[in-house]
Amino acid sequence: MTSTVDAPTAVGRLRVARRRRLVLVLATFLVLGVALATLALTLGAASLPPGRALLALLGAGDAKDVFIVHRLRLPRVEAALLVGAAFGLAGALFQSTLRNPLASPDILGIASGASLGAVWALLGLGLTGLTVSGFAFLGASAVAVAIWFLAWRRGLHSVRFVLVGVGLAYLCSSVLAWLLARADVREAQSALLWTVGSVSDVRGEELGLLAGGVAILALGVALVSRTQGPLALGDDNARALGVHVDAARVGSLLLAVALVALATSFAGPIAFVALVAPAIARRLVDDGGAALLPSAATGAVLVLVSDLAGQHALFGVGAPVGIVTGLVGAPYLLWLLATNDKRSAA
Amino acid sequence: MSDLALRAEGVSLGYDGRRVIDGLDLVIPPGRITAIVGPNACGKSTLLRGLARLHPLEAGRVTLGEDDVSRMPRRELARRVGMLPQSSIAPDGVRVAELVGRGRYPHQGWFGRHSSDDDAVVLAALESTGTADLADRQVQELSGGQRQRVWIAMVLAQQTDIVLLDEPTTFLDVRHQLDLLDLLTELNRTRGTTVAMVLHELNLASRYADNLVVMSAGQIVAEGAPDVVLTQDVVLRAFGLEAQVVRDPVSGSPLVVPVGRFHGA
Repeated sequence: MTSTVDAPTAVGRLRVARRRRLVLVLATFLVLGVALATLALTLGAASLPPGRALLALLGAGDAKDVFIVHRLRLPRVEAALLVGAAFGLAGALFQSTLRNPLASPDILGIASGASLGAVWALLGLGLTGLTVSGFAFLGASAVAVAIWFLAWRRGLHSVRFVLVGVGLAYLCSSVLAWLLARADVREAQSALLWTVGSVSDVRGEELGLLAGGVAILALGVALVSRTQGPLALGDDNARALGVHVDAARVGSLLLAVALVALATSFAGPIAFVALVAPAIARRLVDDGGAALLPSAATGAVLVLVSDLAGQHALFGVGAPVGIVTGLVGAPYLLWLLATNDKRSAA
Repeated sequence: MSDLALRAEGVSLGYDGRRVIDGLDLVIPPGRITAIVGPNACGKSTLLRGLARLHPLEAGRVTLGEDDVSRMPRRELARRVGMLPQSSIAPDGVRVAELVGRGRYPHQGWFGRHSSDDDAVVLAALESTGTADLADRQVQELSGGQRQRVWIAMVLAQQTDIVLLDEPTTFLDVRHQLDLLDLLTELNRTRGTTVAMVLHELNLASRYADNLVVMSAGQIVAEGAPDVVLTQDVVLRAFGLEAQVVRDPVSGSPLVVPVGRFHGA
């Protein structure tokens, strides 16, 4: 058979072009992330010029500057980046493993589970501090396990998984609303943060736990990432290509759930990041793959920029990051649905 | 090419405790084209899936040469037996070369990346299916015939001696059905690839197969060369269909001409 492609490098050229694009996307996010982080260190009640902020970051310069940067602003930037990366990565895993672009912890109720766990610990049990995060983790895991048992029928079917998740999300929201309604106003105010999501209070020991957890889980994701390509072709094709489908899918979902549970247990359910970041990343990379690493980068930058906007650009008062991502994410979701419909109708 | 036969011995398959196939024996002869035909729901797809280990066996075993297929590591099986399931759907936005490249999965290590060897195999697969000039196109944009060729290219990139296909001609018009079967014949003749496929179209199966397996209700009604196998009696027993069997004026193979209620004697 004849073809218009001449040298055996033609396929290689295409592959290299795709990889260049991937590297370009990642490099852009890196530059963006560094620029935004620098901005975040300079802005605030006491504004520091970039030079002084960077000097303070290195531990040099004025002691007050060092305190502001290291104690107040840097933890928040680090938390935003870590939580964003965790949500982005988890969303990408959910979406590629379940072959459903709408599968995300927001919609599956896993994030609501985390909220419920935290609010119950605060209002129901009167707990505070790191234990609240522990309960958020338990809440997210409990919802994930419940979805699992309700959706598993000799194998995991993605539509059933998503529908069961949607059902559980409603259940969690109802119980959450009930808990908030019967609490007194001041308590409810503090608990409310757990229903929105915020990175303002993650520092010290919590930040270390978050960073360590994300690093370990990311390593796990690297191990399963190779199966995502075949898995995206459907169970039969993946098996025919030599993938242990159930093991690969269970492993991917476990990692995704753990990432979400970890991130929400420190920052609450930051709306839409897990849903939107992978969609943006896939569009940018455009290779038909799961775009795991770019999704993590997109999520990190998205949460950082949203937190910056919430603190300094919107409303005049500090708004939790979850409100900003919700405001930006919801219209994006609608746009995504509208354009997806057009494509499938064509 | 390989001279190992894929063999089903006393194989039982089913869904939810309902047996579809009970104790079936079958040999897929190496280096030949085997077509499996039969009425809807006779278990032909299930059998093929069982042979490829996409569906668990309830009893019996499938062997490749001396090896038990169900005990083989999945990756090793995927390097020896390729399978194209029915109506595969490509993920959003995936391009032809990338999709075909996924056929290299069983040949790559844990952190395996595409090498230039993989590129060469992918290009060869694209060229032998006539899809090389589509390499950078999105799979969704392609016509049904092109898309099916691309999927076959993916299976070819797996570089297996045995290729199983579940109704590869579904949703294709007559011309593209012929193109596809010609392509498979070419692979069989030039590389000695063993081809086994479930086909719906009886007369195309008769023309293209060296070995025809006629199934009905989970049983093999007849198997062998189409010339011998495809008789009025077999068509009646397998499909419950009155038909005349004549010579295909082009290929000389048996041609089944159904009678129906309103025409002929």
